[in-house]
Amino acid sequence: MTELTALTLTDAVEGLRTKRFSAEEITRAHLEAMEGARTLNAFTVETPDRALEMARASDARIARGEGGPLEGAPLGVKDLFSTEGVETTAGSRILQGFKPPYESTVTANLWRDGAVMLGKLNMDEFAMGSSNETSAWGPVANPWRSRGSNASLTPGGSSGGSASAVAADLCLGATASDTGGSIRQPAAFTGTVGIKPTYGRCSRWGMVAFASSLDQAGPITRSVSDAALMLRSMSGHDPKDSTSLPVETPDFTQFVGRDVRGLRVGVPREYRVDGMPAEIEQLWEQGVAWLRDAGCEIVEVSLPHTRYALPAYYIVAPAEASSNLARYDGMRFGYRAGGGTLTEVYENTRAEGFGDEVKRRILIGTYVLSAGFYDAYYLRALKVRRRIADDFDRAWETCDALLTPSTPTAAFALGDKDADPVTMYLNDVFTVPANLAGLPGISVPAGLDANGLPLGLQLVGRALDEGTLFSLAGALEQAAAFRAKPERWWS
Amino acid sequence: MAVDAETVRRVARLARIAEPEARLDPLAREISGILGWIEQLNEVDVEGVEPMATAVHATQPLREDVVADGGDPARVLGNAPRSDDGFFVVPKVVE
Repeated sequence: MTELTALTLTDAVEGLRTKRFSAEEITRAHLEAMEGARTLNAFTVETPDRALEMARASDARIARGEGGPLEGAPLGVKDLFSTEGVETTAGSRILQGFKPPYESTVTANLWRDGAVMLGKLNMDEFAMGSSNETSAWGPVANPWRSRGSNASLTPGGSSGGSASAVAADLCLGATASDTGGSIRQPAAFTGTVGIKPTYGRCSRWGMVAFASSLDQAGPITRSVSDAALMLRSMSGHDPKDSTSLPVETPDFTQFVGRDVRGLRVGVPREYRVDGMPAEIEQLWEQGVAWLRDAGCEIVEVSLPHTRYALPAYYIVAPAEASSNLARYDGMRFGYRAGGGTLTEVYENTRAEGFGDEVKRRILIGTYVLSAGFYDAYYLRALKVRRRIADDFDRAWETCDALLTPSTPTAAFALGDKDADPVTMYLNDVFTVPANLAGLPGISVPAGLDANGLPLGLQLVGRALDEGTLFSLAGALEQAAAFRAKPERWWS
Repeated sequence: MAVDAETVRRVARLARIAEPEARLDPLAREISGILGWIEQLNEVDVEGVEPMATAVHATQPLREDVVADGGDPARVLGNAPRSDDGFFVVPKVVE
């Protein structure tokens, strides 16, 4: 049954609709693949009973000639999305055993459209990390390995479980979330497609909050069309999230394969960072050539404040996190530690429940928001954020989208960048600016490095212009013809 | 700006995180390293720039001030570390 797990989401949905195979068959094939791939540690919870129940309901709907746009398609869910009655921990010990009495809007939209839930996917704790190593449930392994090596590589983070599961054919697609690059960086590291839509496109209701002004949901899939299909279902206005945009969701799938002749693609000169490997530089030039050959006009643009995006992010994100994570006090849900006084119970609960990176960010966030430092750090970061957003607005006067590398390197070894937090933060240098400005960004697999590891190219677009991104991403996908798959060492 | 162990102790107290004495110096070093790297923001001219707290330009939506959900204490209490008779049970707040 392996052929059923190797299908794209788009082909699988078509096969289900035309009854070439049943939802139960394709679901069983995936459950089997998951069982054989536990060494990847991609899933934190498997929900086989629920999956089969949902699959049978899909089959019944298909038999009646009904069914939604994702009817019968087995998907994975990042453990950041609350799923009713199914343990949701966001990779944290403090939420161990937490079973939400509600369903996130994004996942509810997927089930409404007929998708089948296979289980919950591992992630960095509270999405704070770029390697999946901060998860309380252990790191996820990347299905990809360097040629001739058995060393475990990171799938990236924070959506490491989502990326690993999609790359290893354990699910047809997965939900993910992106606060500073957590969809696009793991997609690049695993040869998959990942899109962070415009801030407000997807409801954040029922997503475990990290930094609310930056967090945005999106899919990780194996093709650009799949990403368009899945994002269409995930999107939509939700009155329960006041930052959810009251706009119609276009049929994103219609944009893939569209003629890109005449589109102006900007190449930001400031993204040529020091120490960037020659391979990344070459891939970027290759991407420029592909889009030029497809008929795009290439223009050089300047985003002078882009180099300040990462330090601004490391004020804004921890500040918002310190506020959001104040809710974990051990009183109403989650882990509660012992202690003599109420304050001791709070302090012990949070000391024992949170991991080191989360604690570090809460402390930084608390510090930059504290009396006497607010103006110097937090307010200044918000002003720099405005400068960064203004740079993009100016760029849109001369171009329709930007092309950049997704990451400054290919996947690195687990344990490689533990020692210095700033080294780890630099992973997100190309992805963070789009979060600060609220813009959509997509990573498309574009080639392999000398070690046989995938590399991605990123496109960033205007707010609410995912359509143009899907057209350009489709053109890149076609030109790159990325067909490589990781060797199946895990099963 | 360098952060010392005393500052970490104060901030950890504000954040309600128990940090053992032995962690204060290492944390001070880590946080100082991160803040030192962040200091490059001082190079940016932000004179007269409006702070950007959100990427959403729309005004905050309003709705009628009516109860839209709730009335289900069993579900609310379902994940409580301790509950009794429809209440959360918490450590003594007032001595």
